[in-house]
Amino acid sequence: MSPSGASDAERDRDVTSTRWAQRVEEARRASDPGMLVAGIPYARFLGISAEVVDGELLGRMRYADRLVGNPVLPALHGGTVGALLEITGLMTVLWNVDGTGVPRIINLTIDYLRSAATEDVLAQGFVTKQGRRVVNVFVRAWQRDREKPVASANAHFLVGLPEIEGSGEE
Amino acid sequence: MTPAGDRTGPISEARPRLDVLRQICMEGIPLNRELAIELSDVWPGGGLMRLPYRGDLVGDPVNGVLAGGVITALLDGACGMAVMAALVRPAAVATLDLRIDYLRPATAGRDVIARAECYRLTRHVAFARALAYHDSPEDPVASAAGAFMLTRRHRKSS
Repeated sequence: MSPSGASDAERDRDVTSTRWAQRVEEARRASDPGMLVAGIPYARFLGISAEVVDGELLGRMRYADRLVGNPVLPALHGGTVGALLEITGLMTVLWNVDGTGVPRIINLTIDYLRSAATEDVLAQGFVTKQGRRVVNVFVRAWQRDREKPVASANAHFLVGLPEIEGSGEE
Repeated sequence: MTPAGDRTGPISEARPRLDVLRQICMEGIPLNRELAIELSDVWPGGGLMRLPYRGDLVGDPVNGVLAGGVITALLDGACGMAVMAALVRPAAVATLDLRIDYLRPATAGRDVIARAECYRLTRHVAFARALAYHDSPEDPVASAAGAFMLTRRHRKSS
């Protein structure tokens, strides 16, 4: 998916909004959301990936020692589970809504339901309401047992914006 | 950490020890070590944390802005730290829920500071809020509010 020999850093520097839009199209054609997640540096940092299994988009965060927030229990850091919920929500929006821009998160409310054990976490998002500008997504995360979620979140994303180059949009 | 009474404690008036909280919030939390988050100041019921900008923490590959998830981890950690800085008796602090508003994109290439305060402390639950900003809390990039569970080892009738 990346030109052979290109390092992650080179690949990241090379991303323009046009290239991102091309990647979105490619990923949709290949039915592989993982191609997009791999382009998000923080997702790589946390070991987050995405795949379509039986028609469902699932996010996954691979366990690594650096994700721990409480070494005594031990338990994963809430911030990492929050990031998985957010990225899975973002992918759910990209996968279900037309347009190729990066959806912009407005806000996110996370409920921490159980402490997350030191193993992989899975997540699935559901579009609750899709408006022209705003999409409301519910995301649930679990570990071994889907019926025992470790956390859930509601998030709003802004969509359908022209791509903004550089930071700061004021 | 002296009064062992069973009633709801007020927010500690004693200045929390920066070295002790650094030990807990920086060295003691692998993710914070990994993100190089630094606890720069504490006071009763509050404190400041700094997250240095890094290319591998970017969320939007098009514009180089830090991932929302990094800000979430910073704000979650800062709120938890503020709760610890408010406690008279030590307790384990666990996030119950957390709401984050992303007010504007962070500026690419710049560190983010979180200023957190615990504004209500009860026996079992504490409430905290935080702002993330570059230069001034008057111009925040994100805000957070959360509820935190407190658990202590119970010693029956001491």
